[in-house]
Amino acid sequence: MTVELLIGAGVMLVKMAVALAVALGLAAYMILLERKLLGRFQVRYGPNRVGYFGLLQPLADGLKMLLKEDIIPDGVDRRIFLVAPAVVAGMALLAFMLVPFGETLTILGHAVPQVIVRTNVGLLLVLALSSLAVYGLALGAWTSDNKYSLLGGIRGAAQMISYELALGLSLVPVVMRARSLDLSDIVAAQSGLPFAVTEPFAFILFIIAALAETKRIPFDLPEAENELQAGFHTEYSGMRFALFFVGEYVNMVLLGALIAVFFLGGWHGPVLPPIVWLGIKVLAVPVFLIWTRASLPRLRYDQLMALGWKVLVPLALVNVLVTGAILVAA
Amino acid sequence: MADEKQSLFGAVIEGAAGLAGSYAATLTHLFRKPVTEQYPEYKRPMPTRTRGRIILTRSPDGNERCVACYLCSGACPVNCISMQSEEGENGRRQAAWFRINFARCIYCGLCEEACPTLALQLTPEFAFCKDDIADFVYEKEQLLVDHGGKHPDYDFYAHAGIAAGTPKGSHIDEDEPVDVKSIMP
Repeated sequence: MTVELLIGAGVMLVKMAVALAVALGLAAYMILLERKLLGRFQVRYGPNRVGYFGLLQPLADGLKMLLKEDIIPDGVDRRIFLVAPAVVAGMALLAFMLVPFGETLTILGHAVPQVIVRTNVGLLLVLALSSLAVYGLALGAWTSDNKYSLLGGIRGAAQMISYELALGLSLVPVVMRARSLDLSDIVAAQSGLPFAVTEPFAFILFIIAALAETKRIPFDLPEAENELQAGFHTEYSGMRFALFFVGEYVNMVLLGALIAVFFLGGWHGPVLPPIVWLGIKVLAVPVFLIWTRASLPRLRYDQLMALGWKVLVPLALVNVLVTGAILVAA
Repeated sequence: MADEKQSLFGAVIEGAAGLAGSYAATLTHLFRKPVTEQYPEYKRPMPTRTRGRIILTRSPDGNERCVACYLCSGACPVNCISMQSEEGENGRRQAAWFRINFARCIYCGLCEEACPTLALQLTPEFAFCKDDIADFVYEKEQLLVDHGGKHPDYDFYAHAGIAAGTPKGSHIDEDEPVDVKSIMP
């Protein structure tokens, strides 16, 4: 019995280490990928000085951030100011525990599911964790004692709460088709056609809402550089500033993983091994986000709110009704 | 926003086309060769009249052109040029020492314009960094080069100067000296 327990704990630790390393490594290289791709979209090279093709740039950036002075302004509420960036990065990392990487393996007679936590409320937990991340942003902005940060934080909170609704509603048809909130079951339900094909509107709605959730162009109003001078992280410097960005890029990877799981059929795919398919799907989404950043201008704040409440939420509701009708008829 | 006459469907189509257009534009840029010039590996050829590091040139016969007239020093708006004149062995003026503080120099080129003998010239070389600011003070030995710069064939003493060697009337484009007693009325 105790041996079983020890093996279970060991397997769990290994899985956690792998997930953490993959998430953080991907996030670090996502920054490089973004800078490279943005450079090419703008007909320039992007970073290419540190190592071959600039491959050591994330290391150099991390070292630089660590060596920078960690400035804490006088007017801030110290405790909250120090914790806020960790909340953003931590919530993004926590959500990775729910992402399934493949089928349940059988090693030496033991069933080893390739997911850290398999729970029958996985989808709800993902939504809950992504909602909690807004606390890091809003509290960090609020305690900064800076009007630009405050404006950015208010925008961020309002935006994320509004789009949370559309995000959740766009996932309802997925749950209706998979008949489960468990992420592994949702992937298993897509062994035939992925939900992106059977639920195209939910797919598009989810991508738009998720763009807003990750605070990226065209929805990057909380940090709008040219009006709020970096918004909620104006007062942050050094490694705490970097943590906000780790959070943002981990979120991009997480978003890729979620879209892969909910709409692109997870690890299912012909010819190539499952983990390769999952990798391709997970990386395709951030590349699309970067492409979007290079292509689209930022929305105005009232346009953002109008899009969220007057277009996305009603469309998502209609989509739920239509899916229900189709499922009942079928 | 769509105007009132436009149908909802038309507005959606128009918006989607606009989005697709911007995505397509960036996608075509992705496959273009970047226009960036990779500086330390590729150095863009600079125009010959670019104003960079200052040199003191020599005439074709290898003599120093500088006659230590102080005009460059006087023209310099930041007073970065200083010198001391002396008489050389052949009776011509020359600079006993000549000093340019490149840490002060603003590379305006006024000294080059002021120079009557085309001795002082600016070169296209612009990248000469130093760890110590005192190293920017260049002495005459560092400024002197063994060529004529932008005017390789020009020799000041072929056009002017009588004290040493070149008698009256022997310069290029100079008339024979007139015997004043022959043109009396």
